[in-house]
Amino acid sequence: MALSGIEIFKLLPKTNCGDCGVPTCLAFAMSIAAGKAELDKCPHLSDEARTRLEEASAPPIRPVSIGAGERLVKTGGETVMFRHEKRFENPAPIAFITSDSLDEKQMNRQFNLFNTLRYERAGNSLKAEMLVIRYDSANQEKYVSAVEQALADTDASLILMCDEPAVLEKALLVSASTRPLIYGADSENIESMLELARKFDCPLVVKGKNVENLIALSEQITATGFKNLVLDSGARTLKQSFTDQIAIRRAALNSKFRPLGFPTIVFPCEMTDDPLKETLYASILIAKYAGIVVMSDIQAEALFPLLVERLNIFTDPQRPLATKEGIYEIGGPDENSPVLLTSNFSLTYFLLTGEIESSRVPAYLLVKDTEGLSIMTAWAAGKFSADNICEFIKKCGIEEKINHRKLIIPGYVDFESSGIEEELEGWEVLIGPREGAHLPAYLKNWGK
Amino acid sequence: MSFEIPKIKYNGQIKESTLGEGQSGFRVGGQNCFPFHFFEGSMPNLPRIAMEVYDYPPEGWPATAVEPFRDVIDNPARWAQKCVREYGAEMICLQLASTDPNGLDKSPEEASQIVSEVSRAVSVPLIVWGTANPEKDSQVLVKVAQTCANKRLIIGPVEEKNYKAVAEAAIKYNHTVIASSPIDINLAKQLNILLTNSGVSAENILIDPTVSSIGYGIEYAYSVMERIRIAALTQQDDKLQMPIICNVAREAWKSKEAKMLFEEAPELGDETKRGILLEAISAMVLLLAGGDIMIMRHPQAISLVKDIIKELAN
Repeated sequence: MALSGIEIFKLLPKTNCGDCGVPTCLAFAMSIAAGKAELDKCPHLSDEARTRLEEASAPPIRPVSIGAGERLVKTGGETVMFRHEKRFENPAPIAFITSDSLDEKQMNRQFNLFNTLRYERAGNSLKAEMLVIRYDSANQEKYVSAVEQALADTDASLILMCDEPAVLEKALLVSASTRPLIYGADSENIESMLELARKFDCPLVVKGKNVENLIALSEQITATGFKNLVLDSGARTLKQSFTDQIAIRRAALNSKFRPLGFPTIVFPCEMTDDPLKETLYASILIAKYAGIVVMSDIQAEALFPLLVERLNIFTDPQRPLATKEGIYEIGGPDENSPVLLTSNFSLTYFLLTGEIESSRVPAYLLVKDTEGLSIMTAWAAGKFSADNICEFIKKCGIEEKINHRKLIIPGYVDFESSGIEEELEGWEVLIGPREGAHLPAYLKNWGK
Repeated sequence: MSFEIPKIKYNGQIKESTLGEGQSGFRVGGQNCFPFHFFEGSMPNLPRIAMEVYDYPPEGWPATAVEPFRDVIDNPARWAQKCVREYGAEMICLQLASTDPNGLDKSPEEASQIVSEVSRAVSVPLIVWGTANPEKDSQVLVKVAQTCANKRLIIGPVEEKNYKAVAEAAIKYNHTVIASSPIDINLAKQLNILLTNSGVSAENILIDPTVSSIGYGIEYAYSVMERIRIAALTQQDDKLQMPIICNVAREAWKSKEAKMLFEEAPELGDETKRGILLEAISAMVLLLAGGDIMIMRHPQAISLVKDIIKELAN
């Protein structure tokens, strides 16, 4: 892990030449330890010292970038076993397999689904990020044209799944600038695959028969200095895959075992023919440490649940999801519709919109910025009290949309009602229910 | 080279609770490792699924969720029987939704009448779940405990506000209690201390951490459950070593994404499979975090999750 300033100092030339811009080597070492200076500033560093310093300061699981520009996805870079300890860094990209032997219609359908199944949630855009183009056709032209078409028709980050180096090279000639992930190097083809990855500067999957074999291959590759690796432990059953994911993450984080310090790729698509089961497998591996999850066919009813699960698991526990402040119109409200106030804690917002929708009473939901805190926490922190609520009501523009002046506040802050009425001239404050579940009954009686 | 998985040293174990009675009863808990970590510990009792039954025809369920129970939906006893006979339920959870003071507000007497009908209709362990209204639950659960004395029910939710009366009844009439706290490890621990101090044996307590579904903040419960398990298994915290129960089906099925028809939201896909997956994945995520009992609804979601529990175990 991170070295102290003194440990770094021991590896520096100790000449105090000042070429790095800092008067002494010790001061330079301290700046590096604090993350304020780059190692490269020292022109006199020995190769050996450089390697040792780089290794020591590298993250335990290397972050790997795949794709470029709009296709860029990141995986790896994880630092904890449990999300409450810090946070999970990079949501595991979800990939779908496209066989190059699909006919044009089927391929268009896949690409079209890939492009259209996208969801907005709490300011996040949720989608599958990757497509695997699999070489099934035994026809080089077909494979290259499938890769070209995927690049032309989608913004996917690609995984080129092809075990013939000659075919792969042709595909890389048309796609290398988009930095696809090459799948992959195994005991048989390791030299030629590594050569292609180097030549085209693309990340590479190393595929073991099991974890032991994976370690051997990973050591062989990293010994050459190549580091943009993704690991496939070869497991194709749920139980083995689950176990391998835990083993690899623990070896990398707890034992600082470098050969396994890379993101992983898993294949629920090769574990079962049942699409529902495949989705469940994927959900388990998203929570437990997969770096990339490869699914067989794109199905909206499976993709959406996986995406929201992933959003939840990879949410920073220190920063709750927040909804944007503003007026939300639910069910087409008019100037007589009820007006409800709440915080911008996403969960509260989701629950309330669901309850209002199910009440079938059109309404305005006013979401006040509370920095993502729930009602009571926000109230305790002074972000949901009479004065700032009134300020928000006045500036949000609701007064122009309605011809009544009735505001429904959450039951939990009933004690703020007189304060709000005092400051908001002409408004009447109504106390809503404490629980969202009671909102439909409450709304149905509104105005009666 | 040979590779050894870096193992965790566990020094604690989850308490084993016996649920129900006779041949249909079983034990939960007893594991000495994180969920499904068979490479470094054992789970002598695999997680169990309880099937939901409502005490009056539920409102607002999507057709997918109603369909399997359409013929029995107005009769809790027959509903429970159908779950056991047709869907192989190994446990039933009777949701006493009709006792909600904001709803039908049925009396404790009426509720315990239904509970005893259901408990006579099936022999598997029976969970009785109130409405999370502490005052009303206290009246209802005490009455239920008394009416079904020695039936070894699992009753809850028991909260800090009403634990005294319910604990007393559970001890007197020999039932297990569900200790319910709002997604907070310290409050969960505190309630377990209060319950054990008032005489409930630790083996007769299940922890309800309060859960939600995927897309609706499941990460809060997920992390609280992981922390509870870490404390129980690696920090010898015996006040958190109880099995965990998750009332997850109602959370998964109340979301708008579980209800919307394909015609209303084609981008969300087939509504039947979607509903099943929203429920099954929610349950699976909670099982990974340490759940021992999942309260579930759709027979297909249940059979999926059961299959996967077996695959992870064998």
